[in-house]
Amino acid sequence: MSLVLEKRESSSPLVNFLVPVLSVLFALLLGALIIYLSGFDPGVAYMEMLSGAFGSGYAISETIVKAIPLMLCALGVGLAFKTVLWNIGAEGQLYMGAWAAGWVALSFPQGQSWWLIPLMMIAGFLAGALWGLVPGILKASLNVNEIITSLLLNYVAILWVDYFVYGPWKDPKGYGFPFTPFFGEGAWLPTFFGTRVHLGIVFALFAAIIIYFLLKSTRLGYEIRVIGENPRAAKYAGMNIFRNIIIVFIISGGLAGLAGMAEVSGVIHRLQHAISPGYGYTAIIIAWLSRLNPITTVLVAILFGGLLVGGFSVRSIGLSESLVYVIQGIILFLLLAGDILTRYRLSWRGRS
Amino acid sequence: MNLDIVIATLSATIKAGTPLLLATLGEIMAERAGILNLGLEGMMLVGALSGFIVCFLTSNPWVGLLVALASGAIIALIHAALTVTLRANQVVSGLAVTLFGTGLSGFLGKMVIGVPIPNYFTPIAIPGLVNIPFLGPILFRQDPLVYLSYLLVPLLAFWIYRTRPGLHLRAVGENPAAADALGVNVYGVRYLYTLIGGALAGMAGAYLSLAYTPVWIENMTAGRGWIAIALVIFATWDPFKALLGSYLFGLVDAVQFRLQAVGVAVPSFFLNMTPYLATIIVLIFATTETARRRIGAPAALGLPYEREEKS
Amino acid sequence: MENNAVKMEGIVKRFPGVLANDHVDFEVRTGEVHALLGENGAGKTTLMSILAGIYRADAGNIYINNRRVHIKSPRDAIKEGVGMIHQNFLLINSHSVAENITLGYDRPRFLLKRKKLEQEIQEIGQKFGLEVDPQAKIWQLSVGEQQRVEILKMLYRGAKILILDEPTAVLTPQEVQELFSTLRRMAQAGHAVVFISHKLEEVMRISDRITVLRKGRKVATLATRDTNPGELARLMVGREVFFDIKKSPPKPGEEVLAIRDLHALSDKGLPALKGVSLSVYSGEILGIAGVAGNGQKELAEVISGLRPAKGGKVLICGKDLTSVSPRRVIEEKVAYIPEDRKGVGTVGNLSVLDNLILKDYRRAPFSSGTFLNLRYIRDHASSLVEKFQIITPTLETSAKLLSGGNLQRLILAREISCSPKLMIAVHPTRGLDVSATESVHRMLLEQRENGAAILLISEDLDELTAISDRLAVIYEGEIMGIVEPKEVTLEEIGLMMAGKKRKMLESSEVTS
Repeated sequence: MSLVLEKRESSSPLVNFLVPVLSVLFALLLGALIIYLSGFDPGVAYMEMLSGAFGSGYAISETIVKAIPLMLCALGVGLAFKTVLWNIGAEGQLYMGAWAAGWVALSFPQGQSWWLIPLMMIAGFLAGALWGLVPGILKASLNVNEIITSLLLNYVAILWVDYFVYGPWKDPKGYGFPFTPFFGEGAWLPTFFGTRVHLGIVFALFAAIIIYFLLKSTRLGYEIRVIGENPRAAKYAGMNIFRNIIIVFIISGGLAGLAGMAEVSGVIHRLQHAISPGYGYTAIIIAWLSRLNPITTVLVAILFGGLLVGGFSVRSIGLSESLVYVIQGIILFLLLAGDILTRYRLSWRGRS
Repeated sequence: MNLDIVIATLSATIKAGTPLLLATLGEIMAERAGILNLGLEGMMLVGALSGFIVCFLTSNPWVGLLVALASGAIIALIHAALTVTLRANQVVSGLAVTLFGTGLSGFLGKMVIGVPIPNYFTPIAIPGLVNIPFLGPILFRQDPLVYLSYLLVPLLAFWIYRTRPGLHLRAVGENPAAADALGVNVYGVRYLYTLIGGALAGMAGAYLSLAYTPVWIENMTAGRGWIAIALVIFATWDPFKALLGSYLFGLVDAVQFRLQAVGVAVPSFFLNMTPYLATIIVLIFATTETARRRIGAPAALGLPYEREEKS
Repeated sequence: MENNAVKMEGIVKRFPGVLANDHVDFEVRTGEVHALLGENGAGKTTLMSILAGIYRADAGNIYINNRRVHIKSPRDAIKEGVGMIHQNFLLINSHSVAENITLGYDRPRFLLKRKKLEQEIQEIGQKFGLEVDPQAKIWQLSVGEQQRVEILKMLYRGAKILILDEPTAVLTPQEVQELFSTLRRMAQAGHAVVFISHKLEEVMRISDRITVLRKGRKVATLATRDTNPGELARLMVGREVFFDIKKSPPKPGEEVLAIRDLHALSDKGLPALKGVSLSVYSGEILGIAGVAGNGQKELAEVISGLRPAKGGKVLICGKDLTSVSPRRVIEEKVAYIPEDRKGVGTVGNLSVLDNLILKDYRRAPFSSGTFLNLRYIRDHASSLVEKFQIITPTLETSAKLLSGGNLQRLILAREISCSPKLMIAVHPTRGLDVSATESVHRMLLEQRENGAAILLISEDLDELTAISDRLAVIYEGEIMGIVEPKEVTLEEIGLMMAGKKRKMLESSEVTS
């Protein structure tokens, strides 16, 4: 008898649900082992994380604050993945969006007008889209590997923002710290219920709904699904693959840019060095974990927001917040390993 | 510019190019077997940290190097298990390796930030050769890891093109079904070279923390793993061209550093962007060239292999 | 029975949902060419794949030279002297002939001694009439030469039992002749040769004995000299073969497709079409015959807009549609049934419903502006499923779960539903069983009755002669002639497929 993998005729909803859930649980277990080995009590660390992320109204609101950029980036990344385009550049697109929004805000320091925030949104979306267009155009016209180009542009975008916050836009009253002056209050996104949860949550939820309907009931969404699954069939059906790649990169980059705008306009209220603790990278995992479904993406982003907030709170007991990335990496490993169960079934095969 | 500055810059070029070269060579071997490993950055960081810690504990950089090789290979083993045995998506798995490696090195590296190590790889002049005018001080007053990288290039090229294991390696990356039908162990070959790729990435990382800048800095690879992945395409999967490409990037790095040192009035942020932008430009040319000359990637690169059991 | 090179006993092999081999017994003697005959799906390739170590039998025994063996992998099979040459060659295109031949072999162990290897290959080649340059790269070779490399690979490893899976499908008649003389030489040298085929004429020509399989079971083993094609055909299909399709006399109308001096390149950048000219009229089926790889694929792709022309014109209903986008061609009501049903014609992971609107989604009433009209699409899809008898559990079922015949019906349903003026069908019945084949033929003929112009590209001469009104033969990207199928013999068509031009018949076409 030997254990063999057999291709599944059709996917099982139970397995499709269980694999991601068990992946997260096992990853937390392995994380516990790492915490234990580095001389801390995993129970204490996880309780700290849990209460830091979901333990109070304030904790939950902070988790949602972190989830907003994650949602926006992951929706964009997921849409690109759906077209089998690997946009690894959400981080850079977020920075460029933040930069452009910051530019608008700093240009109108006294601005109280109703149009300031919409203008920042447009600027943020466009800058992210433009940053996404570079790998998009290179991919669509010359078939240059978009994974590498989009990723390298992250480094460029971060250096670009650094140049401004260390240089021309540095706050003269900031004791030399790398940040700009605060934006005028007209450039701040409104917040809800006295928490830091800002209007960005509405952008994110709205984006999720739009992408859901885009994929389900529009011509563009139909083309994206066909191109992603079988580009040769898409060509055969007369679809314009070049145009679709460009559109997807615009939306994908634009959403990440909007995330950057929301982050600086809703939370930080100025530009600074290190705006994002890697939202763009975490978004890749969220998109994969939610199986590229926009509604699931929102929920998974909240979970990962919690993981980030929890990660900060474990610093209070002396653990590094890098732990969170270790756990994220393990989640992704387990998810990939578990994926095979959604495509194959294990069965015993005898030899007579 | 006088000759000494030219020599110093070119010597720095080799130093800056060596980690790229080692990582690129490793990735070439893995990709020749059909396995795309986007986890270079993560494997390099783990190699850099583990080598550094072990060297700190033992005061012996060679022991550090061995551990870096091993830890790079261990991380690569995760990638191999996921992509070869479990046929997972190679792109996502590679990203997970990078994420995991970056996180793990950041997490465990907290304790050695800013710690000096007692002993590290320093330049050793090779008697005789170092006296060759101009080239001698550039090529032969380097640390032992650089000399190792000189040897690796022809060795790997010979292995790939002239030996039976090399033939099997190329066959597995081009057409695993054909290789399998003739009894080549496709999975074995893919595991082996993914591990070799990981070990070389670990070595590249150790070069950074044990020779280039002998301290531990979080994220000290600074995107070199990604540059190496682009260099593989630039090199069209050939070790000698990898050498050329790596030193070209080393030169960009060295010149940029020199310009900063003499205070050229370009903000350092823009100079720091040059390697990333240069990689993108190189990638564009490499891609259009390979398409034009029809010497593409290994045909089965990125594709899981599964023996056909059709109905 | 003493000289049995191979004896297989009671071989059973199940695949999900199919019993591919049902207690099959099979014997091959040394020094004979043994044909394994049967329809597509009869289990011939499966049986031989078990012998070659690619599949493992669920039950049954294998003896080689009267010794029981356990073959678990291709490597085991080669050790036992069994070598199989597959229909799809397992060659590495970027490697040389010599590298392909030595791949996976264990001598020499480490260094590749090219000179010695190349010499050995040439010696074996001369002995069996398999000459090929050992230094050439595979992609530089013709299909016939590539097949020689595959055979050499096995001979170099000392294979004594050679299995060839449908080796003639990709060859010209002349290459077939050369292959057959090689097979004879191998048999005379004491090898056992198994020749898998479904072509009666070839089997009669080359084999000493014939084993017939039908639906996974062995039907008979006969000496070739004691049988005849009629008997074999009956054994293969279980009934007399009728290729008498009811067809009204042709009443060609206006010219729908006009191709003038068309030139195009293949994927490799070599000339694939070299000045093709032909016309297809409304209400007729023009068949294109030819050995695979002579420009048929490129011709279909240029017409449908998937491949640019390098010269010449494609006119559809008088409009110049040379090198326009596929979308433009679709809008002119051109239907295209591609050769590759799974890779091009459908999207496996999307639903039956999604696949049924692949060509129509962008026009009203399927969509209006940005949005799809989901309700209309659903009604449309369910009416197509009913009308074309596509067997599927639901409209949401993934297309990849449909059987070959159902998938082809799905494609036909979609392509026919736009009431095409021109229909291009490439190998529309390949791999389908008899009833699915008949339904495809019926649908093509229905479209002909409705006044569509049909360009039918096929390798199956029986199919082409049965349903085409006119038959064009293509060879190396040129039309060798256009004939009326009833007025020429298969031999004449065969000569044209091998490159002999038919000037006379071509000129008579001009008057029609």
